Amino acid sequence: MTQPATAAPKDAPTSAAESAEEKGSSRLTALRWDVRTLSLLGVLAVLVAVGGITAPDEFLATSNLQLVLTQASVIGVVTVGMTFVITSGGIDLSVGAMVALASVWATTVATQDFGFAGILFTAVIVGVGCGLVNGLLIAYGRMVPFIATLAMLASARGLALQITDGSTQVVTVQSVLDLGGRDSYVLGIPPLVLIFAAVTVIGWLLLNRTTFGRRTVAVGGNAEAARLAGIDVRRQRLYLYLLSGLCCGIAAFMLIVLAGSGQNTNGNLYELDAIAAAIIGGTLLSGGRGTIVGSVLGVLIFTTITNIFALNNLETAVQQIAKGAIIVAAVLVQRRSPHGDA
Amino acid sequence: MAPQPPLLTMSGITKSFPGVRALDGVDLEVEAGEVHCLLGQNGAGKSTLIKVLAGAHQPDDGEITWRGEPVTLGSPIAAMRLGIATIYQELDLIEGLSVAENVFLGHEPTSAGFVVRGAAARTATAQLLERLGHSEIEPARLVGELSAAQQQIVSMARALSHEVRLIVMDEPSAALDPEEVDNLFRIVADLTAEGVAVIYISHRLEEIRRIGDRVTVLKEGRSVAGGLPAESTPTREVVALMTGRNVEYVFPERPTARFAAEREPVLKVEGLTRRGEFAPVDLELRPGEIVGLAGLVGSGRSEILETVYGARKPDAGRVLVDGSPLRPGSVRAAVRAGIGLAPEERKAQALLMLESVSSNVSVSTLSRFARAGWIDRRGERAATHQAVRELSLRPDNPDTAIRTLSGGNQQKAVLARWLLRGCKVLLLDEPTRGVDIGARAELYAVIRRLADEGLAVLLVSSEVPEVLGLADRVLVLREGSVVRTADARELDEHRVLDLVMEGSPTS
Repeated sequence: MTQPATAAPKDAPTSAAESAEEKGSSRLTALRWDVRTLSLLGVLAVLVAVGGITAPDEFLATSNLQLVLTQASVIGVVTVGMTFVITSGGIDLSVGAMVALASVWATTVATQDFGFAGILFTAVIVGVGCGLVNGLLIAYGRMVPFIATLAMLASARGLALQITDGSTQVVTVQSVLDLGGRDSYVLGIPPLVLIFAAVTVIGWLLLNRTTFGRRTVAVGGNAEAARLAGIDVRRQRLYLYLLSGLCCGIAAFMLIVLAGSGQNTNGNLYELDAIAAAIIGGTLLSGGRGTIVGSVLGVLIFTTITNIFALNNLETAVQQIAKGAIIVAAVLVQRRSPHGDA
Repeated sequence: MAPQPPLLTMSGITKSFPGVRALDGVDLEVEAGEVHCLLGQNGAGKSTLIKVLAGAHQPDDGEITWRGEPVTLGSPIAAMRLGIATIYQELDLIEGLSVAENVFLGHEPTSAGFVVRGAAARTATAQLLERLGHSEIEPARLVGELSAAQQQIVSMARALSHEVRLIVMDEPSAALDPEEVDNLFRIVADLTAEGVAVIYISHRLEEIRRIGDRVTVLKEGRSVAGGLPAESTPTREVVALMTGRNVEYVFPERPTARFAAEREPVLKVEGLTRRGEFAPVDLELRPGEIVGLAGLVGSGRSEILETVYGARKPDAGRVLVDGSPLRPGSVRAAVRAGIGLAPEERKAQALLMLESVSSNVSVSTLSRFARAGWIDRRGERAATHQAVRELSLRPDNPDTAIRTLSGGNQQKAVLARWLLRGCKVLLLDEPTRGVDIGARAELYAVIRRLADEGLAVLLVSSEVPEVLGLADRVLVLREGSVVRTADARELDEHRVLDLVMEGSPTS
């Protein structure tokens, strides 16, 4: 790479000017980050205002807010796992199917014999098991994540249908049912919301404060550079799909508590909701940047929209269109920011 | 000289990219029916120039005339319509399509405007292939199943499928065997006999002598000589034109060589081989020593480096660090043994462009700053800050976004990564690529200082003065084989260029 001699002075600005410019732009980076989160909070605030105006009595009622948060919790836990996978440059299409399979496996008559612990344990293990298969196929079988998890989507749903034969498996374990009841609320907060909060905090710490998180970002940002830097990229990928499976197992347990049953239709289209929430939150679909806070805000925005539409008796069709429009708007906004193009 | 105006003239072409002036006033004149050779070192601007000609880049300034008329090559299609076809070095064929589909991609013969007449395309392709002397290639075969040489022929058929007056060939012989090169030359001769002009880019002077009519030499984005007779211009003169410099690089002084020679080698490479890339290579590297690999693109230099590092798996041979062999083909084994690599494509292979300097520096050392996976961010920041300051990276704030740094400072961040890890052997692949001239001297000083502190450095560069100025010992490579090993002070730039271009065993 030779360069013309006359251009040298132009290309080599004084170090002082150079560093001043660079510092300025790095500060700008930090600022933009906040702008992104703030704008999501702004959207959420507007939605709350809209809800408060269009359905003043119902929307702001404590029971409604509890309902919104509870609904957000199940998909929220799935989204936290999805955020990690997407940050690493992957995708997990099987989350909904894993939730379904875990929820029916954990509610079979045989499992329910083991009570609360049996149900929780089975849900988590089934989720982790599915994640393990995904991870092995992707990391060591060198399958494209899209295909491997698509195959898991089909198989897990099929297996869930086979287990239930299409019927709803009602939970008879009282301690599980109690967890969904009003009596177990802590200071007015449903336990499922607390689980979601815990998963969010742990997810944030894991992504932002640990070697695991740093490696996830490195693999997603530049897998080749990560490999040449001595990171075991394949093992990292395996762990990420395991993590997504684990989140699905937890979400399946939460759904069992919420519905008091296990069904093979559970978690339908969760993959789309989780991906959409992560993307509007600011996680890059191409990998290399992920934000747990953004994903959680994305989930809350979606759930709030659903709630407002339901309270105003609007059709599901309109609601779907609104969701689609929000995804497009969010991605267009990201595209305009300087990081979005990486 | 023909009475009509030349087929193509380009004058005063300039083109800048952020941070680089790729073309800085290029003049080129091509007559119909001639083979016009473009010569220049890597980075002299040849690729940018042919992209301008192909309509892929828009020049910032300058004039282009085509058959006497001023033209703007606003897009690849505009260039194609005029009759300019380009065969790129990295073939741009679609492997999943057939030969005929590739040849007529974008201008398929159709019925009713949209129904592709496959049979017609195959017949026309067969005719083109026959004209190229390769009727054995079946138009219906998938391109992915063809050899590199055959794919080259398909590219050429694609160029000829247009009404073509000028073909640009970027190192067409690089992937070919000698007899295939003969065939290529026959095709070129046939084309020029029909009045088609050819712009031929090659590093091999002997080829240029065989088929070229005239030569234009590029250096540092400028045409330093145009229209030289290809056959009669002496090699010395051509090499001098290519290398003559206005800017002298400043290299740090070497320590006394005896110091390094007394120490046990830290890295030993024994008979390392990758078929089709490089012949068995042996080398030893002592602490404090800088060894350079000089050679052209495609001579196997980067491949050797990446194989030593375990990023490619060798067919034979082994790599030893401090006497113990490394598991072949394992980057992690190499890193654990104390080898670090600053790869050729900094952005694609080394940097996390969305991250801070600190994250980029610490990425190979994360577990050192972690307890049970938990990163001690203050410790990490302090350590990266220290490493960054030792290499006088500017700005020395480790929180700076890496993408805002200049090329030289980004390279320092990569070096800081390995410095922080405390590696013993540093492999540098084109360490000053994309680094401006002012920052180079500083980078050279840093590399020499690291060597003086006991690091062993293996350096690859396509810039011969860089290898000669920085390294203690030099291995000269040509087409995958070491043709000369010598003390850097025994070689000069002309001798090395003669070796890599002509391959003559004597010097």
